[in-house]
Amino acid sequence: MSEQTPVSPAEERAESDRLLHDALAGGKLPRWAPWGAGAAALVLAVVLNAVTFIDGVAGTLVVAALLFAVIQSTWSFAVEGRRHAVDRLATTLIYTTFLVALAPLVAVLATVIIRGMKALSMDFLLTSMRGVSPREEGGGVYHALVGTIEQVGIAALIGVPLGIMTAIYLVEYAAQARSRRLARAVSFFVDVMTGVPSVVVGLFIYTSVILTLGMERSGFAASLALTILMIPVVVRSTEEMLRIVPRDLREASYALGIPKWRTILKVVLPTALSGIITGAMLAIARVAGETAPLLLTTFMSQSINFNPFQGPQAALPLFIWDQFNSGTTASQDRAWAGALVLITLVMLLYLTAKIIARYTGVKK
Amino acid sequence: MSTTLEPSGAAAPDAAAAIKGASVRRGDRVFLGLSRGAGVLILVIMAAIAAFLVWKAVPSLQANTANFFTTSEWTPDADPAYFGIAALAFGTLMTALIALVLAVPVGIGIALFIAHYANRRLGSALGFITDLLAAVPSIIFGMWGLEFLMPQMQGFLQWLTQYFGWIPLFQNDLGIWTRSIMIAGTVLAIMVLPTISAISREVFVQVPREHIEAALALGATRWEMVRMAIFPFAKPGMISASMLGLGRALGETIAVALILSANYVINWQITEPGGNTFAANIALRWNEAGPIGLSALVASGLVLFVITLAVNMAARLIIARRAEFSGANG
Repeated sequence: MSEQTPVSPAEERAESDRLLHDALAGGKLPRWAPWGAGAAALVLAVVLNAVTFIDGVAGTLVVAALLFAVIQSTWSFAVEGRRHAVDRLATTLIYTTFLVALAPLVAVLATVIIRGMKALSMDFLLTSMRGVSPREEGGGVYHALVGTIEQVGIAALIGVPLGIMTAIYLVEYAAQARSRRLARAVSFFVDVMTGVPSVVVGLFIYTSVILTLGMERSGFAASLALTILMIPVVVRSTEEMLRIVPRDLREASYALGIPKWRTILKVVLPTALSGIITGAMLAIARVAGETAPLLLTTFMSQSINFNPFQGPQAALPLFIWDQFNSGTTASQDRAWAGALVLITLVMLLYLTAKIIARYTGVKK
Repeated sequence: MSTTLEPSGAAAPDAAAAIKGASVRRGDRVFLGLSRGAGVLILVIMAAIAAFLVWKAVPSLQANTANFFTTSEWTPDADPAYFGIAALAFGTLMTALIALVLAVPVGIGIALFIAHYANRRLGSALGFITDLLAAVPSIIFGMWGLEFLMPQMQGFLQWLTQYFGWIPLFQNDLGIWTRSIMIAGTVLAIMVLPTISAISREVFVQVPREHIEAALALGATRWEMVRMAIFPFAKPGMISASMLGLGRALGETIAVALILSANYVINWQITEPGGNTFAANIALRWNEAGPIGLSALVASGLVLFVITLAVNMAARLIIARRAEFSGANG
């Protein structure tokens, strides 16, 4: 006691400053805490994997994630208190959702590619299924590709202009007093239409076009169903694009005495063009994989049919459905190869649309 | 189209008419008519869907000798016709419910991550991933569910039965854990995830910067900020995002049709094979159905249409009210 080392005033002040700071700031985990907790969790999980019933890579990783959450939260609770412990736990959970979203996408793509490569070949793309029994190998997807391209093409030909015109109405004319209520109703039902199940749209085309108007089940009937599915998507994306076209452009055009309709055609639409194309491509990608409406409105065919207005016509989703349900090894391989072709088509459309959107787009 | 601009008929004598010529006004009128027509067409289509489904459902409903709403059996082509939607409604709601229970927390988590946790690059990467997930066709999800997910889930479902079998939902008397409502619900969860996260994200980024900064300045942790500033503001948006997800799950057809081993029984033990939904039933029974059978499928489709319409309209109304509210507040 008596041998107390003398403390200089400066050191004393530093010491009291540190105490004050700690009292105000509270405890804090070191910066490496998440990494440390993660490493500890991983080691523990591997040990548990060796000695308990937990097995498999996926199981071990899940256990490690749980352990990480527990270790970090407990540690933080001890040092930083309850509020920070909860915060860290929430952060962990929110970061985990990233993996939860990524996992199915990777798994779907991997499954389709691995299973699809078996039967995929140049021949597969260029032959039809005519005269190929479900048990045999060989045959291909050509007839279905033809059908899908024609059906989706016709749907786009009808649906895209309709969608664009509706969007023009909503953006350019809705402000007029007489149009306001109608425009509001249209806008609301465009949203509601997005949610109509595709199978119901198929039923509608069947009951109206086929049963009532007496048209036979055909590729064209399928196109009409796809058109209805496409319209709301095109309307929404076009609307968004038209809304970001600057007012000044329109007013400059009006000031030059250009009538409104020419302003829309020559000034507004060209400005928003790339965005509109993007939207249309996304809509096409969305409907290209639709199976249910096709099932109700066309008959599956195993041969090539270039005429969408007459006779059974295949389509990629129908081809996949048909081959998958045939249940033989050869037909299932074909179904997966068809799925690979379909998903490649859809993703290509999708990525192209995104790239266009990224590098062009309306400049503000 | 440019021909319309030329002075039509007699050249306008006075200057005012020349500037705002009749032809110009006609061009505007035609164009307005076209675009309004396109808009009206959408209303007409929606009305026509309802009208045609009702009209073509009537014959089977008249021929039906069973109670349409409380019967589970589905034999519309028998003589006399005997069918009802009880089992279909049960399967539809159950799969959709499972999908929501799984997808809502994850979807909101993803939206939070993109909007308020991740830096810009990581956030847009995740946005891109969920967009891609939305682009995968339904039939591929179905095949993947059977081929990949179902075997992966076996262990988990058995574990669920082993330890939580005392909950009737997870009881499994058959000892088979394939092609069940549980698996279909899980696949649906993945399929509605993009819908839920995209719409939640939209409202999360609208939360006023001031609310967030005020919360942080008062010493809130990030999670407290989320709970106190973001959730109260975004609640209507989150609710309608979930409802739109629900709408999608209710109407999903092919994936469910591939996964479920369809039957017409109401079975609360959701890890056992079986179950059926409105949409899947239509796809599965379509090609074998006779005239009354088709009409009965149309009737079930009508019920599905009404349910999804109600869900979607409610969701849109909730989110629309929010939009007006936030607009009024700048």
